[in-house]
Amino acid sequence: MNILIAELRASLGITLLLVVLCCGIYPVVVWAVAQGVFPHKANGSLVRVDGRVAGSSLLAQGFTGAAYFHPRPSAAGRGYDAANSSGTNLGPTSKLLIEDVKRRTADYRAENGLPADAQVPADAVTSSASGLDPHIGVENARIQAGRVAKARGMSREEVLRRIAVHTEARSLMILGEPRVNVLMLNLDLDGKR
Amino acid sequence: MDRFGWMQLGVFLGILLLLTKPVGLYLYRVLDAEGKTFLDKGLKPVERFFYRLLAVDPKAEQDWKRYTLSLLAFSLVGVVFTYTVLRLQHLLPLNPQRLGPVSGHLAFNTAVSFATNTNWQSYGGESTLSYFSQMVGLAFHNFASAAAGIAVAAALVRGVARQTAKTIGNFWVDLVRIHLYLLLPICLIYAVFLVSQGMIQNFKPYETARLVEPMSVEVPTVDAQGQPVKDGKGNPVTERQVVDTQTIVQGPMASQVAIKMLGTNGGGYVNANASHPYENPSPLSNFFQILSIFLIPSGLTYYLGRMTRNQRHGWAVWGAMAVLFLAGMLLCWWAESAGNPRLHALGVDPAYGNMEGKEVRFGIFNSALFATVTTDASCGAVNSMHDSFTPLGGMVPLINIQLGEVVFGGVGAGLYGMLVFVVLTVFLAGLMVGRTPEYLGKKIESYDVKVSALAVLLLIFDIMCFTAWAVVSRWGLAGLNNAGPHGFSEILYAFSSGAGNNGSAFAGLAAGSAWYDTTLGLAMLIGRFFFIVPVLALAGNLAKKKIVPESGGSFPVSGMTFSLLLVGTVLIVGLLSFFPALSLGPVVEHFLMVHSNVVF
Repeated sequence: MNILIAELRASLGITLLLVVLCCGIYPVVVWAVAQGVFPHKANGSLVRVDGRVAGSSLLAQGFTGAAYFHPRPSAAGRGYDAANSSGTNLGPTSKLLIEDVKRRTADYRAENGLPADAQVPADAVTSSASGLDPHIGVENARIQAGRVAKARGMSREEVLRRIAVHTEARSLMILGEPRVNVLMLNLDLDGKR
Repeated sequence: MDRFGWMQLGVFLGILLLLTKPVGLYLYRVLDAEGKTFLDKGLKPVERFFYRLLAVDPKAEQDWKRYTLSLLAFSLVGVVFTYTVLRLQHLLPLNPQRLGPVSGHLAFNTAVSFATNTNWQSYGGESTLSYFSQMVGLAFHNFASAAAGIAVAAALVRGVARQTAKTIGNFWVDLVRIHLYLLLPICLIYAVFLVSQGMIQNFKPYETARLVEPMSVEVPTVDAQGQPVKDGKGNPVTERQVVDTQTIVQGPMASQVAIKMLGTNGGGYVNANASHPYENPSPLSNFFQILSIFLIPSGLTYYLGRMTRNQRHGWAVWGAMAVLFLAGMLLCWWAESAGNPRLHALGVDPAYGNMEGKEVRFGIFNSALFATVTTDASCGAVNSMHDSFTPLGGMVPLINIQLGEVVFGGVGAGLYGMLVFVVLTVFLAGLMVGRTPEYLGKKIESYDVKVSALAVLLLIFDIMCFTAWAVVSRWGLAGLNNAGPHGFSEILYAFSSGAGNNGSAFAGLAAGSAWYDTTLGLAMLIGRFFFIVPVLALAGNLAKKKIVPESGGSFPVSGMTFSLLLVGTVLIVGLLSFFPALSLGPVVEHFLMVHSNVVF
């Protein structure tokens, strides 16, 4: 019994010491360095328009208008809810998943003037993991370029040039996938970047 | 399966291999109470201060029973501590969103989950937990449970390496040294790197953004009591609402994510875990997150070789792990690249693979790699939604967990789990040739085999009994997000993940009920401590034995033969136990997906 009490006392003591070190000093040191060296990133890579926060370059927003590029479908909260990140978690034989993809595929073809049997990029019609994926694939963006150009009265070539500007390459040439940041591209088209 | 994938796989394995020796040598110094490190100048006084305050004599070692008691007492205090923090969250500081207290069953589940290095996410980080709860209640265990796992592995390795010894180390010394010399220094640098990639680290309240284009959404209509309104047919009535703002999560994320990955904890700061663009902003952050899961477990195999003065044995264990890793990785990557034929039939371009529940910046390859690594180890962080994987792609994480997470494995847990299999392998090999089994000059006797088998069997029972209970219960079926075989997989995955202390999920399962929170909490406790106690008993028994010099009749525990026997033992014991269950879930779902039009 005495041994048990001794062990519990030591446990309590070391718990308190470790809390101070690992949960107090450590995060505060990281915070101080982060705020000093990378303040923009440490605070969420926020994008301001006319002095007001308009979003984050890392988080998707739900664009639906013809003049904007559309992000991937989202299952976060009511859609693109950056305080409720989530995927659909639907399995591959889920009726709901297959119905959703069927509807989105038809919508995507109609919006972008594709023939009824055209193959569509997978990222355009499937939900992302977080519901906040800020990117779309390059092919998806190029297909949407025609619609956006028409709605804005711009040339398709000009829109394709803007896509190229907002295309992020693989890190160190091999890591990850090439991708287009939807929010930054749309803000650019609005002349706000 | 494109060339970029192959290149990334090569780079990943190459860097892991290169880091194994330096990390192992450093671990050798950290896990020796007298060991010298380059950080001694600054940290030795802190270490001495800890011992003085705790009245611990760093030179006094413990026998296995005392070591176990210290570990259990420490874990108990930790669970009570975190439970209290979560229940009193509304009274504690650093709660700018004014989140209320966490419910009793959720607080129990979360406290147990973090203390056992599981980090099952029954909570939704950003919507349930204050900054204080995250930074103190949870991050404490991210450090402590990782350190405890490494300590147990070190104790077992000492048991193997020593002869006619009564003691296997001092738990408090191991705990303090692992924190000071290993986890904290790496995390400090790692966390700052993560911020450089776009991860947040602040104490501000959530930000509100004004959307560039307001969007309209369908929301369920609720009556005055807050209950959803239903029409004559019982379908919920919805109304259109215009949303013109976005609430953006903030908080001290980077400091927590660094230890979450390095300590193979895996509990997400936010609900979507490492798929969230804040919690894993770039392919580079993704690469280092995956690497940091395997870093310490891989180094520990070198530590094993160094301690037992048989470096080839350490590499043989590494090799067996690498074979199992590659087998799982290639299957998962292939299945996800092949994609979902049901969607291809609708006109989705098959070239992209299965993108449901994955992020564009990671793509198929990095999602498959993360899923494989996080379940090879007992990490459980996810950068894609395993629930939406193809049946065979999702079966790989499930099998990895069920094998006991011994493929590199959790920090410490992977090595001690694998050593249990090593003992069983040596025993089986001895049976085959009809000699008394020996492991590194020590006779493996009935007691050693019994405790090893006990540890493995308890884990299997833990998973299967809870799963069986859930699938025949109302509470078990109430949480399902998917029907049919996939629903069964969701439940099987949940209890595998809980018992295996992994923490990843087929996350569609609504496991937030009091029933699930409690049963999963129990599964985690059994999976952690009913494994650790036999392991420490094994350590104590091995330490007592004499080492007899190797002879021509000794079974060599290095080289290709041993590695393949070890792989075989892991697969036979692990896979065969679960094969019937896997057949009912992912296997049948695969055939339904490919050869029928059935939907659920």
